[in-house]
Amino acid sequence: MKIAVLVKRVPDTASVFKIAVDGKSVETANLKYVMSPYDEHAVEEAIKLKEKNGGEVIIVSVGPSEAKEIIRSGLAMGADSGLLITGAEALSPRGLAKVLAAALKTLAPDVIFAGKQAVDDDAAQVPERVAELLDMPHASVITRFECLGASVVVDREIEGGQYTLELPLPALLTTQKGINTPRYPTLPNIMKAKKKEIREMSVGELGLASEALAAGCTVEAFTLPRQERLRKVLEGESIQKVQELVRILRETEKVL
Amino acid sequence: MSVLVLLEQRGALKACAHEAAMVAGTLARAAGAPLYGVYIGKSLEEASSLAGFGMQKVFAYEHDSLGHFCGEIYTSIVNELAKELGSTVIVGSASALGKEWCASVAARLDVELVQDCLEVWWNNGLMARKPVYAGKVLAEVRVINTPAMVSMRPNVVKVERDASPAPEVEKRGMPSSTPRVVVKDVALAPAGTVELTEAKIVVSGGRGLGGPEHWPVLQALCDALGAALGASRAAVDAGWIHHSHQVGQTGKVVSPDLYIACGISGAIQHQAGMRPAKIIVGINKDPQANIFNVCDYGIVGDLFEIVPLLAEEIRKVCA
Repeated sequence: MKIAVLVKRVPDTASVFKIAVDGKSVETANLKYVMSPYDEHAVEEAIKLKEKNGGEVIIVSVGPSEAKEIIRSGLAMGADSGLLITGAEALSPRGLAKVLAAALKTLAPDVIFAGKQAVDDDAAQVPERVAELLDMPHASVITRFECLGASVVVDREIEGGQYTLELPLPALLTTQKGINTPRYPTLPNIMKAKKKEIREMSVGELGLASEALAAGCTVEAFTLPRQERLRKVLEGESIQKVQELVRILRETEKVL
Repeated sequence: MSVLVLLEQRGALKACAHEAAMVAGTLARAAGAPLYGVYIGKSLEEASSLAGFGMQKVFAYEHDSLGHFCGEIYTSIVNELAKELGSTVIVGSASALGKEWCASVAARLDVELVQDCLEVWWNNGLMARKPVYAGKVLAEVRVINTPAMVSMRPNVVKVERDASPAPEVEKRGMPSSTPRVVVKDVALAPAGTVELTEAKIVVSGGRGLGGPEHWPVLQALCDALGAALGASRAAVDAGWIHHSHQVGQTGKVVSPDLYIACGISGAIQHQAGMRPAKIIVGINKDPQANIFNVCDYGIVGDLFEIVPLLAEEIRKVCA
């Protein structure tokens, strides 16, 4: 069984973000980069599937050459090889999905896992687009995965409940926290990962027309969300504080 | 040129469907374009609730088998309809199902999609504001190419209807296709349960709760307020509650009018989830807890004393 995992190199969102002088990007000098957290769940699920059914796990990413480190961390978790596509960072989700779909077509995986969204642009659409482009059945935000051989059964979250779905293979699934606990790479596996192959290719090698990839939307400005809170700590005995709070919420803020 | 809104239903139309219709109506007026709606479900009973948005017509694809979301059929229907209508802008909801639906339609139509918008407007073209970097930064996006799609974050848009009439309903049949994805089971929370991302009030608990046996203390406050129950990552990772309750960067982002954090320290991870709340109240026994730096109103005190008092006071005052 061939299993592909889509991962993305993103800034650690625990970082403090500052808006760069151009007003439409963030200062990158002090950012630490990691694998997008939902992608870690995708890698874990892929490795679990391989451990159960055999096969190989390929980590696929679009990004700068530094993204090799992120792929390498997936290899240290137990994946077998990596593919990095460079030169496509400026694409919109629409173009990015076409690049990934073209690359995946040559790999012909039975299962594709991806995180439900990457926590940099939070575009939340690239995996679904890839599945549509490859004409694959797909399910998003899954919290359980079970392979039945020619098909898979998954639980997918909805507001206030869940669907249980069965999809024939090949299929694409996006993972949500709760599906598993990503493993920490062991030292021997980190050493082994250094010897595993990461193939690098440029987007040009995929032979896609440039107009098919041109971004149809652009960021005009970045702003920081309203951070100012009143920070008013209420004083007095417990019952007084509670009564004052209820009065404020009802009369001043009108939220009750 | 026309605007099309995807009306999400769960039996009845969801609140986010009306929010999306509101946004789509505003865009259509600004762009001088007609507004159409698309409903896919068992039966559209409440077309009258779509009055006040300037919607000309709603295309209702009705069939018993369409009650539950089926990505393939739902996507095919919108794909065909958008082409038929020549839709310039398609507005959906960034709900759990809506995001998948929008992403799939955008791929089929080969158009751009801006998901999870807080605001969209028309300024010589389509503009959208959406959170990036887990909500720590807001991006203002200009959509250059149309057709294009946007999805609205639920619970953010205020619905204000004008005097325009309810749309005409054009019933359409079920498309003949057999989906590859089969719905085996649908498990829904009991009726009356308030969903986190749709709640007007959220009460959340963290490590300060001490253990899973104490959730009833917060649940009583939820019941008094008609609120949804949330949790911090610490409480979820400790196994005290299912992750679907988690508010935070790797959980849900909530945008209620009122957010009450009980026994939560206010870590960056949690702030990412509660930031959109209009008013934040922090209750914590540690006066140094960071929650007091990121809330509007704070009460320093033992949650086991304060929360029951608060529930009682609310029942008394709001009765």
